Amino acid sequence: MNAQRLILEAAKPVARRFSAPSPFVAYLTPWLAIVLASFVPLWPLIASAPLMPPFGYLMLLAWRQLHPGLLPVWAGAVLGLFDDMVSGQPMGSAIFLWSVTMLALDVIEARFPWRNFLTEWVVAAGMIALYILADAGLANAAGGHTPVIVTVPQMVLSALVYPLVGRMVATLDRWRLKRFRNVA
Amino acid sequence: MAPPVNRRTGYSRRAQYSTFAAYVVGVLGVLGGGALLASSVLGHVSFGWLHDAAADVQAPAARVGAQARAGAGNVVDVASGFFVSGAQNAKLRREVELARARAVEMQAVQDENRRLKAALQLAGSEPTPVASAWLIGSSASSTRRYATISAGSAQGVAPGMPVRTPQGLVGRVLEVGHGAARILLVTDTESTVPVRRASDGTPAFINGRGDGTLQVRLLSLGLNPLKVGDVFVTSGAGGLYWPGTPMAMVQALTHDGAIARPLSDPAASEIVTVQPSWEPTADPTLPPPAPDVPPPPPRKPKPAKGSKAKAGNKAPSAASDKPAHP
Repeated sequence: MNAQRLILEAAKPVARRFSAPSPFVAYLTPWLAIVLASFVPLWPLIASAPLMPPFGYLMLLAWRQLHPGLLPVWAGAVLGLFDDMVSGQPMGSAIFLWSVTMLALDVIEARFPWRNFLTEWVVAAGMIALYILADAGLANAAGGHTPVIVTVPQMVLSALVYPLVGRMVATLDRWRLKRFRNVA
Repeated sequence: MAPPVNRRTGYSRRAQYSTFAAYVVGVLGVLGGGALLASSVLGHVSFGWLHDAAADVQAPAARVGAQARAGAGNVVDVASGFFVSGAQNAKLRREVELARARAVEMQAVQDENRRLKAALQLAGSEPTPVASAWLIGSSASSTRRYATISAGSAQGVAPGMPVRTPQGLVGRVLEVGHGAARILLVTDTESTVPVRRASDGTPAFINGRGDGTLQVRLLSLGLNPLKVGDVFVTSGAGGLYWPGTPMAMVQALTHDGAIARPLSDPAASEIVTVQPSWEPTADPTLPPPAPDVPPPPPRKPKPAKGSKAKAGNKAPSAASDKPAHP
C-alpha cells in the first residue's frame, strides 16, 4: 500500500511531462504543414490552366492570422525557398513575396488591431490577389507571355477556398497542442 | 480569435534583441529573395538543380499517386457515361461501320506507302522511344505550365527531347534529374512548335496561351484559310519535334490565325513517351550540309545613321589591321 503510493508519487513528474504537448510537434507542425501545402504541384494533378490556388501561400496566411507570433517574421524566406523549388515560378519569387507578406501582415495588424472573420478574410483575399498578380508578372518577366486575365478564376477560387484552409489550420492547431497522455 | 501579438518586450534585453534580430532577418529575407529573383529573371541563372532535387525526392511517392489516378479513372466520366450510354451506343455503332470501311482503305494506302518508301529507300520516320514515364505532377498554381515525369537521366532522358502520348504531343524535356525530369508543356506561353495543317501542309507556329488552349499563327499572311476542326501535326522544321506528331485541333478562328485545343490534354494522360530529339540532317538521303560560311557583317539598324557608323567602324578596323602588318 505504502509502496504503491510511493511509486505513484515518483511517477507524478513523469506523468506531468507526458501529459504536456510535445514541443517538437507544437513548433514543427506549422512549418511542415506549409511545406506540404507548397508541394501540391507535385501531387498527381495535371492542370492545363492555372486554376489551383497557391496552397502554400494560403497556409502561410492562415497560420499567421490564426497565431500571430507563432511563425517568426523570417519564416517567409525559409518556407518560400521550398515553394520555389516546385511552383514553376522563377527562383526567388516566393522567398521575396512571402517575406514581404510577413512584414506587411505585421504592419496591417499594428494598424488595424481589431479582428473578426470578415476583416481577416478581406485582408487575406487582398493579399492573395496581389500575390497571384505579382506571380503572374514575375513569371511573364522571366519568359512567359500569359495575359493577366487568365489568373482571375484562380484569384476568385483562392479567396473562396481560404476559409476552408483556415478551418484546416485550426484543426491542425488543436492537434498540435494535443497532450500526449502515456502515463495514467 | 487569438489576441494580436504583443510587441512590447519589456525590460528583458534578450527578448528585445531576439525580436529585433527577427525583424532584421525578415528584411534580409526580402532583400535576399529580391536579389535571387533578379538573378533568375534578368541574369537567367539556372536553378534547375534545385527543381530536380525536389522532383527526385518526390518522384517515388508521386508515382504511386499517378498510378492510383490511372486506376481510379475519371469518376465524372463514369457517372455521366451512365446517362448517355444509349444514344452513344447507337452513334458509336454507326461510326464503327464507317471506320471499318475506312480501315480497309487505310490498309491499302499503308501498303502502297511502304512500297513507295522502299522504292525511294526512305528510312522509316518512327523513332524508337527513349523511355515511357508517368506524368507525376504539374505547376498547377503558377501561370507557367511545367510538368514532372517519372523518368530522368537514369533512363536516358536528356533536355530537348519531345514528350508525347499516343494522342499527340505533350511537350519537351527542360531539366533532367536522376529519376525525374521537368517538361515544358505545349500549353505554356514560352512553347513554340512548328506545325503544318494535316490536310494540305499549310505551315504555322503553335504557341501556348497559358490557359490550356493554343494559338495558331500562320506563316503566310493574307486570307485566313483555316476552318474549325482543322488538325495540325508537327512539321519537324528546325529539329527537336519529330514530323507528323498530332498536335492540335482548331476550335475558334481569329483574324490572323486560330485558337486550338491540344489533342493530347496533359490533364487526361497518365503515361507519356519520351522520344529522341529529331535531327533533320541525320536523314542519310539528304545532301550533306553546306560548308561553313563566315557570317555576314552585322546590318546597320538605320540607313541614315548607317553611313556615319560605317565611317566610324572603318577607322578602328584599319587601326587594328595596322599592328598586324609589321
